[in-house]
Amino acid sequence: MSHIIECSQLTVRYKSTTAIDNIKLSIPAGVTVGIIGPDGVGKSTLLSLIAGERMMQQGSLQVLGGNMRDKKHREAICSDIAYMPQGLGKNLYPTLSVEENLQFFAKLFGHSRKQRRTRIDNLTKRTGLYPFLSRPAGKLSGGMKQKLGLCCALIHDPRLLILDEPTTGVDPLARSQFWALIRDIHTAQPNITVLVATAYMDEAQQFNHLIALNAGKILATGSPQDLLARTQTSNLESAFIALLPSEIKHHHHSVEVQPYNAAIHSETAIEAKNLTMKFGDFVAVDKVSFTIGKGEIFGFLGSNGCGKSTTMKMLTGLLPQTSGEAWLLGSPLAANDINTRYRVGYMSQSFSLYTELTVRQNLVLHAKLFKVPANKVEGRVDEMLNRFALFQHQHNLPHALPLGIRQRLSLAVAMVHKPEVLILDEPTSGVDPIARDNFWQLLITLARQDGVTIFISTHFMNEAARCDRISLMHAGKVLITDTPEAIKAQKSADTLEAAFIEYLVEAQTPSTHTNASEQGLALAASTTTQQTPSRRAKGLRRLLSYASRETLELMRDPIRLTMSFLGSMVLMVVIGYGITMDVEDLSYAVFDRDQSSISLDYRNALSGSRYFDEKPAITSYADMDKRMKSGEISLAVEIPPEFGQYVHKGEQVEIGAWIDGAMPSRAETIEGYVTGIHVKWLLQQASQMSQAQSSSSINVVSRYLYNPDIRSLVAIVPAVIPMLLLMIPALLTSLAVVREKELGSIINLYVTPVSKLEFLLGKQLPYIATSFISFLLLVAMAVWLFNVPLKGDVLALFVIALLFVTFSTSFGLLASVFTNSQIAAILLTTIGTMVPAVQFAGMITPVSALEGAGRLIGEVHPVSYFLLASRGIFSKGLGFGTLDFAVFAIAIAIPITLWLATVLLNKQER
Amino acid sequence: MNIKNVTQLSIKELWSLWRDPAMLILIVYVFTVNIYTAATAVPESLHNAPIAFVDHDKSQLSNRIIDAFVPPYFLPPQLIEYSEVNEYLDTGKFTFVVTIPPNFEKLTLQGQQPDVQVNVDATRISQAFTGNGYITEIITEEVSAYLQGYKTDTTYPVQIVMRARFNPALESFWFGSVMELINAVTMIAIILSGAALIREKERGTIEHLLAMPVSDSEIMLSKIAATGLVVWAVTLMSVYGVIQGALGVPINGNVWLFMVAVALQLFAISSMGIFMATIARSMPQFGLLLILVLLPLQLLSGGTTARESMPAFIQNIMLLTPNTHFVMASQGVLYRGAGFSVIYPQLLALLAIGCVFYFVALKRFKSTIGSMA
Repeated sequence: MSHIIECSQLTVRYKSTTAIDNIKLSIPAGVTVGIIGPDGVGKSTLLSLIAGERMMQQGSLQVLGGNMRDKKHREAICSDIAYMPQGLGKNLYPTLSVEENLQFFAKLFGHSRKQRRTRIDNLTKRTGLYPFLSRPAGKLSGGMKQKLGLCCALIHDPRLLILDEPTTGVDPLARSQFWALIRDIHTAQPNITVLVATAYMDEAQQFNHLIALNAGKILATGSPQDLLARTQTSNLESAFIALLPSEIKHHHHSVEVQPYNAAIHSETAIEAKNLTMKFGDFVAVDKVSFTIGKGEIFGFLGSNGCGKSTTMKMLTGLLPQTSGEAWLLGSPLAANDINTRYRVGYMSQSFSLYTELTVRQNLVLHAKLFKVPANKVEGRVDEMLNRFALFQHQHNLPHALPLGIRQRLSLAVAMVHKPEVLILDEPTSGVDPIARDNFWQLLITLARQDGVTIFISTHFMNEAARCDRISLMHAGKVLITDTPEAIKAQKSADTLEAAFIEYLVEAQTPSTHTNASEQGLALAASTTTQQTPSRRAKGLRRLLSYASRETLELMRDPIRLTMSFLGSMVLMVVIGYGITMDVEDLSYAVFDRDQSSISLDYRNALSGSRYFDEKPAITSYADMDKRMKSGEISLAVEIPPEFGQYVHKGEQVEIGAWIDGAMPSRAETIEGYVTGIHVKWLLQQASQMSQAQSSSSINVVSRYLYNPDIRSLVAIVPAVIPMLLLMIPALLTSLAVVREKELGSIINLYVTPVSKLEFLLGKQLPYIATSFISFLLLVAMAVWLFNVPLKGDVLALFVIALLFVTFSTSFGLLASVFTNSQIAAILLTTIGTMVPAVQFAGMITPVSALEGAGRLIGEVHPVSYFLLASRGIFSKGLGFGTLDFAVFAIAIAIPITLWLATVLLNKQER
Repeated sequence: MNIKNVTQLSIKELWSLWRDPAMLILIVYVFTVNIYTAATAVPESLHNAPIAFVDHDKSQLSNRIIDAFVPPYFLPPQLIEYSEVNEYLDTGKFTFVVTIPPNFEKLTLQGQQPDVQVNVDATRISQAFTGNGYITEIITEEVSAYLQGYKTDTTYPVQIVMRARFNPALESFWFGSVMELINAVTMIAIILSGAALIREKERGTIEHLLAMPVSDSEIMLSKIAATGLVVWAVTLMSVYGVIQGALGVPINGNVWLFMVAVALQLFAISSMGIFMATIARSMPQFGLLLILVLLPLQLLSGGTTARESMPAFIQNIMLLTPNTHFVMASQGVLYRGAGFSVIYPQLLALLAIGCVFYFVALKRFKSTIGSMA
């Protein structure tokens, strides 16, 4: 096979932007290929298409001898491609250990237990991860995460290895180790084709073949030497700029730094002494000391998570330091000190301006907050707009602007109050080389002409080289602080990077650094004995692999676990007591204007009722009015003067009852109670006076079945269980899938052989189990806390509940396949489950009493049937025989929901 | 504390909201359509109750009784066999099954007082009690009308005259609409203040704000002020436009006094929203927390079912939440026309609860928001 990848007229558009534009490419087998270019030029899109992760739009693409539009071919070559997406550990599961992550991926590719063990040991020994097998992936350093990502990618012997910016944000030593590892693999298995995207141009030097991309188009292809020769430049970054079309290049000026004259600025702007920050046990910043002079450009260089940002946050007063001291412009650092903040400008790592405000509104807001005098605000804003070339964008919203311009806006905002010190946390990450150079030009002008002290952090070596002095940071410690030249000289290194690596090696304990090449051939040897289990067995293994991984993740997420158990128990208590139909202890008072023995008798009839709670007697109409208005009493009974006389004579007399109608349902109940008591009293009176007249010609005998005391709890509690078992399991599964979408690990569905149904069922299993446990808890609460008797067939209840939680978890999966963000999933699931459960399932109003759409939903939704079954088994003592229709109705909903979810789930990114 | 900063930041909040169409639509929906539909959808206490008869008599009287059951209280009655009674009640097809005994008409005419048996499915508590009352009344009435040949009202020597104050016809939407408004105020205020803070936290803009010369209390007050202003204004519009206008609910009390209570409730609830945002680490966690908090607030504060009927410990716990006091004050003002002198304890309670949440949130603000970013 000569060419492993061939494509032509390949185009991908996202809404209005074209990510890659009419690309034609062919890549031979067994080479290393680097795709270079800044962020956002289409590198990732191209790689994801080749990996089969993203859906094809236009053009043709052949990978490993087949068409990538063909689903069968994609499935067939899935195990031959390894794909490591962009972002540190994006496809890894942070709460799982190294071992668990590797086990998960190995199981997805269907290896047996023995094979998994050999492979995992082998790979981790080669990459130096072996001692850390039990450490959670989230707690690894950036470099180690990338090594783990590589192990996960290599676990199934791919023929094509696709790495998307594998070293971004990783320290230089880990980076060089990573590339050494890749070289070893390539030497050991020369057939492997390695495709790498990178934004670090200096790394690209080592590849056989380069593809330079810009704005979705190929600028040039060829070996590194070719490109350098063609552009007559000495390094690839300049070569890349030289290759750019002239209209873009036109804006570019190479950065020149005027030397810093320490003699003029003898004052100190920032000083730190033994600054330390601890988060629990973790020491983020460890006794950092440095001094920055006024007007100096001071750089912090280090990998992600080495403590750069934390140090800067301490200096801005965002984080109070654990120990140590610092001085900012002569005054000691205090977290609550507002006054020094007027003299400092801060630009945080990510773009953190208000995207809902226009460029101009952002500037005006900050100017006012920093107390620029009101009459000068407009002028100052205009000045900033001009200086940072933002004038034509002033009425745009920031997210409509390219990253480079947003970066300039952030700087303008940080400068709007003319601060003496600027603290910039990785201001240029993700910005293309030209915009980056322009940004630096602005910084240098600020420092040299305006005398602003600039404290900047970066992980780009060439940017660090432009600083007056730099500190190398690693694992919370400053390794050295000096001028770039002096640092290079001390280690007699050619480049700053080489010097940095020297310092890192010095700082690390030698034992952790294993020689990779020693075991280089071990992997290739171990691959020969591989038996293939049947397809179905493999599918089941993948399903269980997802299930066990989901279980581990759930166990390590206390919030979701609490929600699933405690949440439903709390809600059970709340609703059990909250939705009560009983009206008891009604407060009432009597306005007795008769005060006879008969009126007293009437009053006793009222106060003897368990529904009523008598308050002190009413003294006047005004009193009655006031007490009813305040809601103190909800019933006032007025017994007219000479009531006793009238009754005695058997003449007509009226008793007045005023009911608080503010809550109509309660008022109706009161009406019922009062009538009842009144009639009973009358009958009593009649029999006492032996005027017994046969009051009725028939007897109506009422039998209250199933719940003879008519207790609200008996009716409500068995109905709350279905409601909670619909809402909470659905909420849990809906987050389970959409979380993967948000965090990026959904990619493992796209690029591994797992099928959509295996993925969904695997995710569902642990939630069925937890939901069933919470069902058992709810039943226990119903029986022992609420004293609701469980009269029927317990087994039938359990079987129906198991079927039902399977349905509700499927519904959650369906909701999460629909949505793209966790908050949307929560909203959709809440509305989609709460409304049918509360209103249409018959909890309060029976389904037959509903009308229209609500009736229809009530008739078909499984929750109505579970509610019937739950009440039937709890209160009516039913079993399977009578409830077979409910079992059937719930069971049939499961495959329908799952089928819908499977159809709507994409196996590729769109 | 600087009022200018609070003003500036509040204006920023208002812009943020203005440029978030989804949120605006949600607010408008909740305060108009939702209140209208929720208020009008609540059925009267007895509506379409499914009823069946076992008629062993098949006489003129038994037919007369069966024909007396008509919608909307009852669905048209169905005739079933005696052997089917248990099955239908078990499966929940009918809530009521009335059995008329053999020779019912004859025995009645002979004055032997035959028994009519009403079987009630008491697990359907909402229909069981009221429905049984109606059934007894209808049967008795029909029998006596049959006996006397015409309908009469049985007159007792002592009459009781019931008058429902504040809502004479006991229209359920009068109650439903205002309670729905109260729920809307609570829900939107918590989401606006809390979710807005979480969003700033997730986007990193709060970190940026904290590094500027503004104090925590200014940031918090600006969020409370912006949320309060928006919700207060839509509440006022909803009171006049939807409740009084579209639904035609007469308001007995002073609307402006109610609006004072709304303002205090907003202060308390948005402080609570911010407090919750200092607990949740991310939007999904906030979402879960929101459900766990909103549901009890809505169900147990006396806006859904009467407080008196709840167990004492729940009543006492709920006294610590702003909603309970707000519901009491609103019912007092809007339905019963209560004045300031009557509801001032509730207003004071709202203020006190608001202050507690405000200061606890303020204390947590720096430590949690700053270090989380």
